Order: sequence, then C-alpha cells, then structure tokens
Amino acid sequence: MSDVLKRRFTEQIKIMFGWEPRKPEKITERAQQVHIMKRMTNKQDLQATKSHMRAHEVKSTKWRNRRWITLIAANLLFTLSFSLDIQILEGALTASRFVGFHLIDLNSALQVMLAHKHIINNLIIGTGTVLLLWGLLGGRTFCSWVCPYHLLAEWAEKLHLFLAKKKLVTDQTMDRRLRTVFWVIFALLALGTGYTVYEAISPTGIVSRALVYGPGLALLWVLALLFFEVFFSRRAWCRYACPIGLTYGVVGIISPVRIKYKLDGCFHEGDCRKVCLVPHVLDTVIKGRAVDLEVPIGPDCTRCGLCVDACPTGSLTFEVKGLQKLL
Amino acid sequence: MSENEKDDGPVAGPTPPLSKAKRQTNRRRFLRTALLTGGVLGAALSGFLPLIYAKKKRLRPPGALDEKDFLGSCIKCGQCVQVCPVSAIKLADLVDGMGVGTPYIDPRRQACDFSCDAVQCILACPTGSLTYHKPDFLAVRAGAALKAKPILLAKEKDAEPTLNMTERIGVARLSRPEACLATQGKGFKGQARGADFTGELRYMDVDRWKPIRVSEHPYDVPECDLCVRACPIKGAISIETVMAPNGSQHKSPVVHEPCVGCGVCEMICPVEPACITIEAGEVWKI
Ligand code: SF4
Ligand code: SF4
Ligand code: SF4
Ligand code: SF4
Ligand code: SF4
Repeated sequence: MSDVLKRRFTEQIKIMFGWEPRKPEKITERAQQVHIMKRMTNKQDLQATKSHMRAHEVKSTKWRNRRWITLIAANLLFTLSFSLDIQILEGALTASRFVGFHLIDLNSALQVMLAHKHIINNLIIGTGTVLLLWGLLGGRTFCSWVCPYHLLAEWAEKLHLFLAKKKLVTDQTMDRRLRTVFWVIFALLALGTGYTVYEAISPTGIVSRALVYGPGLALLWVLALLFFEVFFSRRAWCRYACPIGLTYGVVGIISPVRIKYKLDGCFHEGDCRKVCLVPHVLDTVIKGRAVDLEVPIGPDCTRCGLCVDACPTGSLTFEVKGLQKLL
Repeated sequence: MSENEKDDGPVAGPTPPLSKAKRQTNRRRFLRTALLTGGVLGAALSGFLPLIYAKKKRLRPPGALDEKDFLGSCIKCGQCVQVCPVSAIKLADLVDGMGVGTPYIDPRRQACDFSCDAVQCILACPTGSLTYHKPDFLAVRAGAALKAKPILLAKEKDAEPTLNMTERIGVARLSRPEACLATQGKGFKGQARGADFTGELRYMDVDRWKPIRVSEHPYDVPECDLCVRACPIKGAISIETVMAPNGSQHKSPVVHEPCVGCGVCEMICPVEPACITIEAGEVWKI
C-alpha cells in the first residue's frame, strides 16, 4: 500500500471514532491530475487533456523504426553490392551508381569542384540526380534516413542521455553559428589548397567506406567524435560542425516533404524538443510562438519523425506539400 | 535542455543587460566552441601531414591525373576498386600517408594486369580523376604521354587490340640489377612468389577471362625472364644482351617506351625484394 493510502487508512479509523474528516495533505500525482481535469469547465479542454494523458502511456516508435530500417537497408545495399557483387548500388556514399544512375553527394561534389576547379560531365549528372532526389524528399532527410554516422550518433546520444540522467555527464552546448563557420572554412580550404580537406575527416564518408571496403584506422576519428558526444556535448558533430547537414539543409528549403505543426492541440510541454536532434527548429511549439494555426517546421529539420512519435497530441505530422490536397 | 532555453519568454522589448552568471555561461560556451573548432580543424589539417611527409610516391590506378589534380578531384568513392577483376586497387587509410580514402595500387602485392580488358577503373570513375584523355585545361607532362596506344597482348588478335590509355602511371626500372636472376644467368623453377602469395594474374594459355593465382602457375625456365613473360603490354620489356662497364656481356631485362607502369613485372619478380620496381608517376626519359 502506498504511503498516501496508509495515511488515508489511519484517517478513516480516526473518523470512525468521531473525528471530523479533513482535507488531505497529500494526494498522489495521478489523482491530482484527474482532480485538475474534473475542475475543468471547458468540455473540449477536458477531452484533450484526457487523450493527452492516455497518449503519453503509449510510446510510439513507428517513424523511428521505419527510418532505422531504411537507413540500414540503404547502407547494407552498398555493402552487399560490393561484397556479393550484385552491382545494384556501387560505390560509397560520396559517389555511387544506382543501377547505372550516377549519384553524387552534394557536399562531396562541392568540395571536389572547389578543390579541382573544373567540372566534369559525370559529376554534374550525378549531382543533378541527387539534387532532384533530395530536393523532393527534403534536404536533411539524407541525414536521418541515409547517413550512417547519424545512426551511430543517435545511439551515442541515447548513452549520453542515460548518463545525463544519472548526473554523470552534462550537455555542454555550443554556438550553433559554428557550423556555418566550418562550412566556410572547409570551402576555403578546398579552394585554397586544391585538396578536399573536409573529405579526409568526414565521418559520413569514413563510416560509409568502412562499411563497404572494410574498417580502417580512420575510424578512430569517428570514435573520438562519438566519445565527445557521449561525454561532453549531445549530438555535437551534427549540431555544430557537419557541413553536409548545412548543404542539404539549404536544399531542404524548397522541398515539399516536411513536418507540420498544428497549434490547436499542442500542450507546449516540449516532449518534441527533448527528442529532437536540432531542437531550434521546433521553437515554434514554445507557448506564444506559433505565427499561425499550422506552421511547417524549418529546413534544418532532418525529417527523422522522432517528434511525430513523441508528440502525445498528434500536433506534429509528416506532410507533403501539395499532395495532401490531392489525397 | 536546448540552446533555446534562454529565450523562452516573450520576445518583445529591448534585451535586458546580462547577469554575471549568464555572462560567465556565455564565456564558457564560447571557450567550448573554440575548443571544438580547434579540435576539428586540427584533425582536418593533420590529414595533410602524411601528404607532406610522404617521401615515396604511391602508384595510382591507370589513367590517374597528376598527383595534385588527382587529390583535388577524387571523391573517394571506391568505384574503381569495385570494378577491378584482380582487386589491384586499394583505398588508402590514415597511415598510408597519401590522403585517406584515395585509391592506390601496391604492385608487389597485386598489380594491375589489365584483366578487365578495357581499363574498367577509368570507366567507373565518376569525377574524371581517372581518365582516358586529359581535358584541355590540364597539361600533360613531357614523357607521360604514351607514343602510341599500348597494345594489350591478351587482345593482340582482336579487331581492337589497343588499350584506351594515353598516359603512363609510372615506369618500371631494374632497381637492383645485381640481384636479377637473368643478369646472373640463372634460371627459375617453382612458384614465382611462393605458395602463400595471393596475387592473381591472367595467363592467356590458361583462361582468357579468368585470372588465377600466381601460385597455381609454377614456372620452369632455364634463364629467368618472368617479368617479360608476365608483362601484359606488347613491347614494354624484353631480355637483351647488355655490356657491363668492364666489357663483359650478360643478359638483362630492358624496359622500353611502351611501358605503362602497371606493375606486373614487380609483382612476378621471384627475387625478394623485387629487383624490378615501378617508379610511380615517372615519365619516359631519353
Ligand atoms: S549532420 Fe552530417 S553527420 Fe549528421 S546526420 Fe547529417 S550528414 Fe550525417
Ligand atoms: S523536428 Fe522532428 S523530424 Fe525534424 S529533426 Fe527534429 S525531431 Fe526530427
Ligand atoms: S507539439 Fe511538442 S509541445 Fe506540443 S504537444 Fe506535441 S510534443 Fe508537446
Ligand atoms: S585497368 Fe587494371 S586496375 Fe583498372 S580495373 Fe583493369 S585490371 Fe583493375
Ligand atoms: S572511382 Fe575515381 S573518384 Fe572514385 S575513388 Fe576511384 S579515382 Fe577516386
């Protein structure tokens, strides 16, 4: 029996002997919530609160599972294409051929163009295909649905959050402008040195090549990054450093696939912001911020859907601009 | 929780002056930011060190641009690695001192023997780092261009016997003439590189399309000429009688202009270490 109920029990015995019933000093949290609801006069509010509480009890991992499957499948396809010689997706994430179609990572192509200062036909074709693909799917969709470092970092983040809960580590935030600075520095370095400096340390490229061609010492750098993220700064690489994320983010400005926020049912308790890799894009869910009843989430969003899974009121959903009307 | 916590309130009005604690937090955050900047840039620049210290040039795949252009243009995708039938191409790691992820050939371990018949690696490269013809804006170093398209011995009887290669990737050189079996007048019997050697080679008399292990093809020759037998390019190397400075005559492998620098001679040489080696990026000098 709980502490509160034990007290209640002795109280009841006292009442039996003639004491007057008093207002209880302690009420369990769950009961309190229901009391609050009972005091609500607005039927709609009441209904919303009820469904909100109920929804909190079911943990959804729908989008996360879909995303993990997609990400693992895409990277597995690279690996198998080479190891089993099935030739479906040849190459690595920096550049590949999908059943004959050239696909070239935008950021890598950019680095190569800046370093080499000449543009080759195949490079243009490959970049065009990718630009079209991610232009449609949403720029940073690449991050959470394809990038193999993203998945490693996502697991490292879980570890970080676990340790943070135990008060063993804290999240040391940094200036987000750093990512823009890095982007410029790496562009200038490529231009100035004629060498694709960024590609040497890109964890995306390193992990992708390790998956296809076997592990190498370069993975030590990736380990160092993950270590930093687990013990010092949550998701530091993707949040403050990765120029790929910024490049694709820019593509995402015009993409029709995005997350849509509906102000109506939102409780502003911020569950979505807690799970988001780039919580600044969800600033609109803060009380008093939304500029309209429906607000599309900004281009830096990776379309991972964690917020969609986390939101107990369904205020965040995937949306395909233009398509919704057709369906 | 997040970086946005500080502005959780309404956004109207001028920003109030920061408290001391807040200023301190900001300063710490700035320091951390500087630290990450330093760390990442340090790592990025350390990627250069091996390039600066690399003394020995490494052999790039056929059709590779000159080293600087190659490093600038290669997107490190490894598509060249994937198409090579003898797995001659490897991707460099951190310690290889030549740019992480860039492809190279270690001919002693596995040379390019053109088993692919058509320089497939060039065909696969999406960036033009490997190319049949250099574009106009890139100069061809004197001696790098091959006088004629090399004739592939394996295709000699085909309608189109040549390889679409216009530049060599290196030149073979008898680097230790004193150790050369031919020079000493010795023959060779047995597996060229021992039983454990995993390198493969296309032997026309075995199979036109399928390269086999060198160890599965033992030799028995009265005078060693393995490098000449294995060379896939017509007229690139031959055994000649040469005159030593003291006037004595002896046999010796001699490299000729058609040599493309594929490295088969280096791979097959039964002497350890090989007495014939490829000088990567070297040009033909006369
Ligand atoms: S930010 Fe960079 S590392 Fe992170 S998921 Fe995106 S591409 Fe990958
Ligand atoms: S806003 Fe949502 S979908 Fe976008 S990155 Fe954040 S959690 Fe993922
Ligand atoms: S949108 Fe975010 S803050 Fe609003 S209810 Fe959903 S999870 Fe909570
Ligand atoms: S040319 Fe040589 S290195 Fe290139 S794919 Fe053919 S055999 Fe391999
Ligand atoms: S195919 Fe071309 S770009 Fe890709 S690794 Fe090989 S040389 Fe570099």
